[in-house]
Amino acid sequence: MKDMLQRLQRDFNISDITERQLRLTTFHVKKQSAETLLRELRDREGYTHLNFMTCIDYIEDDIFTLVYMLHNYDKKNTLGIHVNISRDDEAMISIHTLWAQAWTYQRELREMYGIRFPGSPRVDEDFCLEGWDQIPPMRREFDTKKFSEERFGHRAGRQSEQPRKHMKVELYPNRGGDEK
Amino acid sequence: MFKKTLNTEDTLKNSGLTDEEQQLFSNARPQAYEPYPIKAVEDFANWARANSLWILAFGTGCGAIELRPLMTARFDANRFGVAGRPTPRQSSVFVIGGYASVKTLKRIIRSYEQMQGPKFVIALGICPVNGGMYFDSYNTVNQFDQYLPVDLYITGCMPRPEVLVAGIMELQKKIKAGECNGANLYVENFDWYKSNQKKVIKNWDMPDYNW
Repeated sequence: MKDMLQRLQRDFNISDITERQLRLTTFHVKKQSAETLLRELRDREGYTHLNFMTCIDYIEDDIFTLVYMLHNYDKKNTLGIHVNISRDDEAMISIHTLWAQAWTYQRELREMYGIRFPGSPRVDEDFCLEGWDQIPPMRREFDTKKFSEERFGHRAGRQSEQPRKHMKVELYPNRGGDEK
Repeated sequence: MFKKTLNTEDTLKNSGLTDEEQQLFSNARPQAYEPYPIKAVEDFANWARANSLWILAFGTGCGAIELRPLMTARFDANRFGVAGRPTPRQSSVFVIGGYASVKTLKRIIRSYEQMQGPKFVIALGICPVNGGMYFDSYNTVNQFDQYLPVDLYITGCMPRPEVLVAGIMELQKKIKAGECNGANLYVENFDWYKSNQKKVIKNWDMPDYNW
């Protein structure tokens, strides 16, 4: 494991190697070398299974982080490969040639985050959201509550309580909800 | 070519369909149910309806999991004349199992309109009432009765099968009393319901009424 990571560090310039759990290690890799790295891991190192791929929106840093989770059945450990892509140019190399099932994930990411995967099959078709006409809903600048109120409306009479405050009032009514 | 369109003045536009598809679907409006003129006959019909409620086996949300035990020996909904049906054409009760996402709502509308009358809708759980825990979701409708008429609400998250049995008994009472007129409500306010539906379903590519 250590040898492999050192070799990857030398060949692919990976960074931020973190051992998150006993059998889970994550690291960052540059966007350009990501596909070659994944191919190397699949063909040479035995990480033959793509658990999932997903995306994290770091709006503060102006990046999306794509996460590829690979599993090795012989060594029984998992690698998380993080790839940062810019929010302005949100495109990534499609990996459906490496794992055929990846096109489904890529189609979902295209819909939920608006990340482009050129060449991925059926990537521009509607997945869960049919006829969506707003910015992709999982982007953090999308105000889902405001959108819900505008499009679906709210029934009058709904009220929500802060549990902590509410219980204080319930438990100490004479003290105006004050504990002391 | 044989045209299946009706030449009456008051027809539906079916504007979501292409010209070719327009020939294939009916554009007639739904019609309201008129009760039998003799009250005793209508009462007898209602009694019969109340005792053979056939539920459409279309699990539309997480609440659909509560429909499965209903048929088992423990709850045995068969003693109330309840049975599951695989197709809308044979069923008379549509149980909305919890939240309805926009994508599902389209299928719900399509299935509901294909059901033969008399038909009843039970809304299960809190989500059809006010959105429940999905009140701020980008994809879940908050007030289900804006899109389809609801005859009976069973609230809770999740309601147990016992409550569903109680709800079915309540529905039977209402049917016997002749109070379940949701389907007629839908016909009478058809344009209002349809405009609400089209406000949330943006890719309307089906006929305005699915006969």
